[in-house]
Amino acid sequence: MIIAERKPFKEIAAAVAPYDKILIVGCGTCVAVCLAGGEKEVGLLASQLKLAAGLKHRRIEVGEITVERQCDLEFLEPLCDFVADFDAIISMACGAGVQFLAHMCHFKPIFPAVDTTFIGVNNAVGYYTERCRACRRCYLGLTGGICPVTMCPKGLLNGPCGGTLNGKCEVDLQKDCAWSKIYQRLELEGRLDNLKEIVPLHPHSRGTTPGTVIHPAYRRRYGVDE
Amino acid sequence: MTLTAGSNLEKILKSGQKAVTCECGPPRGADAEHFRHKAAFLKDCADAVNVTDNQTAVVRFCSLAACTILMDMGIEPLMQMVTRDMNRIALQSNVLGAAAVGIKNLLCLTGDHNSFGDHPQSKNVHDLDSVQLLDCVRRMRDEGKMISGTEVDGRPAMFIGAAANPFADPFEFRVVRMAKKIQAGAQFIQTQCIYDMDRFSKFMEMANDMGLTEKCFIMAGITPFKSVGMANYMKKFVPGIIVPDEYITRLKGVPKDKVAEEGIKIAVEQIQQCLEMKGVAGIHLMAIEWEERAPEILKAAGLLPRPKV
Repeated sequence: MIIAERKPFKEIAAAVAPYDKILIVGCGTCVAVCLAGGEKEVGLLASQLKLAAGLKHRRIEVGEITVERQCDLEFLEPLCDFVADFDAIISMACGAGVQFLAHMCHFKPIFPAVDTTFIGVNNAVGYYTERCRACRRCYLGLTGGICPVTMCPKGLLNGPCGGTLNGKCEVDLQKDCAWSKIYQRLELEGRLDNLKEIVPLHPHSRGTTPGTVIHPAYRRRYGVDE
Repeated sequence: MTLTAGSNLEKILKSGQKAVTCECGPPRGADAEHFRHKAAFLKDCADAVNVTDNQTAVVRFCSLAACTILMDMGIEPLMQMVTRDMNRIALQSNVLGAAAVGIKNLLCLTGDHNSFGDHPQSKNVHDLDSVQLLDCVRRMRDEGKMISGTEVDGRPAMFIGAAANPFADPFEFRVVRMAKKIQAGAQFIQTQCIYDMDRFSKFMEMANDMGLTEKCFIMAGITPFKSVGMANYMKKFVPGIIVPDEYITRLKGVPKDKVAEEGIKIAVEQIQQCLEMKGVAGIHLMAIEWEERAPEILKAAGLLPRPKV
């Protein structure tokens, strides 16, 4: 899932300072799980904004709503009418959600309340770690289910580099060396031969932004490229 | 003898004589005088002098420019190139440019991570890794093709090298990785600083068993200790280096004004031990900011004068 961290209140408050009617839109999926932008966090941010305004003897109106997914047209469309009553929007979704909402709601200033951090996993409540760089060419079958692009700070495809010692990464001695892990895993699986072949250059052209994926069924049905 | 680049280093290695390379790092500024001063000590001591490429991810004047300074001084350069800072366009461009100005030796490296250097906020590139860079340079030279498949107009005649670290983990994989680099195009290998002789000896044994020493020249990396502090620093902070306690004990066991001499004595012993090992084709002496002592180390080790080929 997408991991995000909530921005400092000061930054959010400064962004919406010129507006009196603000709508906070939460997202009920990834950012809710990582406790950054779900329904609870929407409520918290609304209280913070109202309290801060009150301290400055200002009255502001803060609307709260949380949709299942801001990155999904199906959930966003019903929001459009609702937005009309507000001067500005704060989106608590990841960057994709903020942009999709911005696209749907013309002429409304929109501000993000979180910094989108990475694609990762939920180890425990409050503890998230990165696992995928969305590099569009997955090597996990070759590397024992451990991603060299993400888990190695140099993203080496033919690693490990010369800096690993005692199985730890030179960049952060608290972290395991991805390639040591890959080696151990492949050794257990009897697949060390995987490491003898030279892995060719990564096709970065596939990562030229912004990317588009069209499902073959969609293409067949609509016969369009985008 | 068939030569790919015809560099002095290639000729010496292929003639079967023990080769010597030294290292000289460009400064953190545009002052070429300091660089010339350091390099002057290495003239006639080394068959080629390595010029580092922004080592430890610290900005210095570029390797290519420093190599041309060496050539003007009559010293054969060995240009180091890391994949950390340049994408495939810039890397290939530099290889071609280096060959065009007459540089004939190239060492392909991944490079230290930028978090170690003076610009930790920089974006690291790693479009290629060292193995892929070796493959790329070899193809440009032997097949006349760039990564894209475009024909090069004038092939870069390079004697291509790589690094190996026998002391990093997983140990068993280190020789396999070196084999991979040789397969990709490495004609010579310079190792990381060797202090743990037993481990290096085991590494060489494995390399001999795999037949790698017949395909490639392995040069043993030696860095003399200047002080006890440096030995401790290498042990604690330099990634992928093992410093056995016996050396630190030895350095501590002599009076302060004799520590440097002891460090040099250790280096000479290490060079001799390495040269006795089967398959070691030469010495890569990295006397870091101590270039002026390189001649006496090499002389004491019986490696001077350098042969003419």
